[in-house]
Amino acid sequence: MLGLRRLAVAASVHRPVRRLSTMSPPTSPILSVQPTRGLVDEKLKVVVESLPPGSPVTLHSLHHSEDEDYWEAFGHYVSDFRGMVSVSEDLSFGGTYTGKEDMGLLWSMRPVPGSRKGLRLRKMNVCSPMLHNISVYSGHVSEGFREQTPLTSVLVERWYMAPGVKRIDIMEKGVRGTLFIPPGPGPFPGLLDMWGGGGGLIEYRSALLASHGYVSLAMDYFNSQELESADLEFKYFETAFNIIKEHPQVIPDRVGMFGLSLGSLVTMHVAAESTIVKPRCCICVSGSHFYPRDRTIKEVIMEPRSNSHRLRIDENNHHVWRDMWIHLLDDPSKKVDVGKINCPILLVNGKDDQNVPADECAEDIALLMNAAGNGHLLSRVLYPDTGHLIEPPYSPHFRASNFKAAGVATKTVMLLWGGQTKPHSDAQEDAWRKILSFLQHNLYSSTPPRAKL
Amino acid sequence: MDRKRCTLKLLVQPSRGLVDEMFIILVQKAPSGFQLTVHALHKCEDGHSWEAFGHYTADTIGTVNVSEDPSLGGTYSGVEQMGLLWSLRPVPGSKPGLRLRKMNVQIPMEVTISVYQGHQTEGFMDQVPLASVVVERWYMAPGVSRIPITEDRLSATLFLPPGPGPFPGLLDLWGGGGQLVEYRASLLASHGIASLALDYLTAKIIMETGKMVDLQYFEKAYKILEQHPQVHGSSIGMLGLSLGTSITLKMAVYSEVMKLRCAVCISGCHMQPVDGSVEEILKYFNQNADRTRISEENELIWRDVLLPVPSDLAFKVDMGRLKCPLLVVVGEDDQNWPASESAMDMEEMMEQAGNSHLLTVLSYPKAGHLIEPPYTPHARASLFKSLATREKMIVLWGGETAAHSRAQEDAWRKLLVFLKENLYSGSNPGTTSLSHL
Repeated sequence: MLGLRRLAVAASVHRPVRRLSTMSPPTSPILSVQPTRGLVDEKLKVVVESLPPGSPVTLHSLHHSEDEDYWEAFGHYVSDFRGMVSVSEDLSFGGTYTGKEDMGLLWSMRPVPGSRKGLRLRKMNVCSPMLHNISVYSGHVSEGFREQTPLTSVLVERWYMAPGVKRIDIMEKGVRGTLFIPPGPGPFPGLLDMWGGGGGLIEYRSALLASHGYVSLAMDYFNSQELESADLEFKYFETAFNIIKEHPQVIPDRVGMFGLSLGSLVTMHVAAESTIVKPRCCICVSGSHFYPRDRTIKEVIMEPRSNSHRLRIDENNHHVWRDMWIHLLDDPSKKVDVGKINCPILLVNGKDDQNVPADECAEDIALLMNAAGNGHLLSRVLYPDTGHLIEPPYSPHFRASNFKAAGVATKTVMLLWGGQTKPHSDAQEDAWRKILSFLQHNLYSSTPPRAKL
Repeated sequence: MDRKRCTLKLLVQPSRGLVDEMFIILVQKAPSGFQLTVHALHKCEDGHSWEAFGHYTADTIGTVNVSEDPSLGGTYSGVEQMGLLWSLRPVPGSKPGLRLRKMNVQIPMEVTISVYQGHQTEGFMDQVPLASVVVERWYMAPGVSRIPITEDRLSATLFLPPGPGPFPGLLDLWGGGGQLVEYRASLLASHGIASLALDYLTAKIIMETGKMVDLQYFEKAYKILEQHPQVHGSSIGMLGLSLGTSITLKMAVYSEVMKLRCAVCISGCHMQPVDGSVEEILKYFNQNADRTRISEENELIWRDVLLPVPSDLAFKVDMGRLKCPLLVVVGEDDQNWPASESAMDMEEMMEQAGNSHLLTVLSYPKAGHLIEPPYTPHARASLFKSLATREKMIVLWGGETAAHSRAQEDAWRKLLVFLKENLYSGSNPGTTSLSHL
C-alpha cells in the first residue's frame, strides 16, 4: 500500500527528463487558432508559442474562394520574452493591417497580387465552410508567400450555418428562395431577407440569422417570371412574407424584414404601403427611400440609365451612383411614404456610401417620420468612412467591385461602393452587434418593443 | 410556461469542437427560479441512443451556466461543465453491454442539447423541449489528413497534422479487441503529432495467413513513420493501451530498430514472456484463464489472470534497460488488468537499475481500465469479443463514472504535455534519441 501511495504522489510530479543542450536547434513554433470550426461572426484567438524571444514573424491567412481566386491577409509581429505572439493582444507592425486587431487576418484580406480586378468575396454554398489557412512565416514578409514554406500552419473553418440549421428550397406561389430554420422545436421569430440590385439567391446572411435563432427566408426577386407589373411585384413580397408567417415553426406576429440596398427600399415600401403584411420590425442597411410610386423594381433599377447624365466616373474608372438620386429628395412622389410605417425601424448606413446617398436619405427619413408623428419608431446608425456594402463582420472590404445589375441588359461595370477598410470593418462588427440586439429586442422580447436601442 | 411566448435561449459554445475541448452551455431568459433539465442526446454509429441530463434552477436573472452552476440531480450532479457528455448512457430499453466508440472519424459526433421544463428523469423523447441546439464533436481538426497505409502488409491509418511539418510521430496501439481504431490517433494529429493507428490483431495479413504478427510488423510500422517526409525520424514515440502496452514496452526495451523518444502505457502490464511476439503473449495470458472471476452481475473479471507479478525475469520486461521517458497511466479500480500492481513492480525494477527518473506514473483512484480521451462516456462493463473463443461476453472494466471521467480528463491533459515535451524538445537528428542524463 505504501508503494501505491508513493505512486499516487508521483502522479502529480512531472519530471522533465531531457536537458536541452544549448547547441540543439530551437523547437518548432506552435500555432493555435481557436475555434478551428466557428461561425463567421465569432472571434478567433490566434496564438503562437515556442518562438525564440524577440523574433520577427508574419502571421498570414490564405483563402481560396469558390470562384477560384486567392485572398490573403498578413500582419507583422515580434514575439515577446516568452517567445509568444498573441494576435488579440499584440500589435501588428505592418502588413494588410496594423495595430491591435484580433480579427485583422480576416477582414483585411484582399486578392493576392496578380488576381483579376474588381473581385468581391461572397460565399454561395453555405452548406460548406470557408477554409482559411493560417500560417506563421519567419521574418517580416510582405510578398511571395507561396514560394516560401511557413514554419507552421493550421486550417480554420468558418461557417455561415450552425449545426442543426435546416436549409429548405422554397418554390411556392411563385416565390423562389431558401428558407433556413434554426434547430429546435421553435416556434421562432421570422425574417424576410433581401439583398440588392445584383440579384440572385444570396443565402449567407439568412443562414447566419437562422444560426442566431430566426427563421429566415432569402429571396430571389429577379428571376421570377411573375415580376411584370408593380402590383404583382408588391404581392410577391407580401406572399413571401406570408410564407414565413404561416410556417408552423414561426411565431406569426414576430416576423420582420431585413434589407440591404435595394432590399432596404423594398422593406420600407412594404412596411409603409402594405395592408396585408405587418412586419414586427425592419432593418434597412445602406438603403435609400427613393421609390417612385407604381414603378416596378426593374424600373427602379433602370433609373440609373435614365439619369446617366448624373452618373459620375471617377479617376479609377469606377462608376459612382450616389449623386444620381439626390434630386429625388425634393419630390415626395418619388419617395416611400415613411410616415405610414408603424413598426420599429433601424437604419444602418455608411457616411462614405458612394452608391446611395445614405446619409442624406436617413436625414430625410427622420424629418418625414418626425413630421408624421412616428419618429419614435426610428433608430439610425451612421458610420464614418464606411461604404455601401455593410455585411456580416470580418468579411473583407472592397471599395469597388464588378457589378452587373440583375435582369437588365447592361454590361458589367466597376461600381464604387466606398469606405476605407479599417473603419468599414469596424462598422460591420459594430453594426452586426446592434442588428442582433435590435432583432432580439423586437422579435424575442416578451415586452412590447420600443424603437430606441 | 406558454411555449408560444417562450423566450428562453440556449447557447452552446463552441457549436463545433474537438472531442477533448470543453464547451459552455448557457440557458438565458428563463423565468427567475425556473426549474429545468438540460438534456443531451446522441445517436451513435451503431444506431443506439445515448442520453445524459442534469437538473438546474435558474438564478434571479433567469440564467443557468452549466460550467458554474450545480446540477441538483440527473446522470451527474454538482458543478460539472462536461457532465452532459461523460455521463451519457444508453437510453432505457437499450441492449446491455454497449460501448460508445467512433469508427468513422471523418464525420463528427452529433449531440442534441435540449432544455426541458421541470426536473425530469425519463420520457424525454415523448416531450417537446423548450429549446434545443445541435453540437458537433470532432475527432479530427480541419486540415488533418487521413492516409490509409497498406504497404508492407500493414493494416494501419496515418493521420498527419495540417501544415508543412515535419512533425513528431507516434505509433498508436489499442488492446485485445483488435480492429483498426482510429479516433485517438486522429485526435493526437489534431494536436500536431503525426500518428499511426495500427491493427495488429485482426489485420488483413492475420486473416489471410491465420498467424499472429511478429515483432517485425511493428518495426515496419515504425519505419513508415521514420521515413515519412513530413515526420521527424528522431522524434517518434509509442502509445499503447491494455495489450498495446505489452507491445509498447517490449519494443521500447528490446527493439534494435525502434529508437523511441518516449512511450506511454495506459492500463497495461509489463508481465509477458520476454521472448516471442503477440502469439506468445496471448498464450501466456491464457495459461491462467482459470483465475477468471465472475462478478455478481455476471461480468468477467480478468485481472487475476496475470497475478501475481512473477519474480522470474523471463516473464517480465526488463524495465532496467529502458532508455527513454515512460509515462504509465493506471486506474486503481481496473478489473481487467492488474495495472497498479504492474506499475509498482516496474518502479521497483527501475529504482534498482537506476533509471527510475525516466518513469512517471499517474494513478487514479476509482478509475477503471478503459482510460480514453476525455468527455466520452464511461463503460464500467461492456460486450467484448474474445479473440481466443470468438465469443462475445460482458467484461468488467471497472471504474466509478464521475471519478473515471475526471481521471480521463487529467490523464489526457498530462499525456499531451508529456508527448509535447518529449517529442518537441529539439529535433537534431545528430543527437542520440535516447537520453543520457
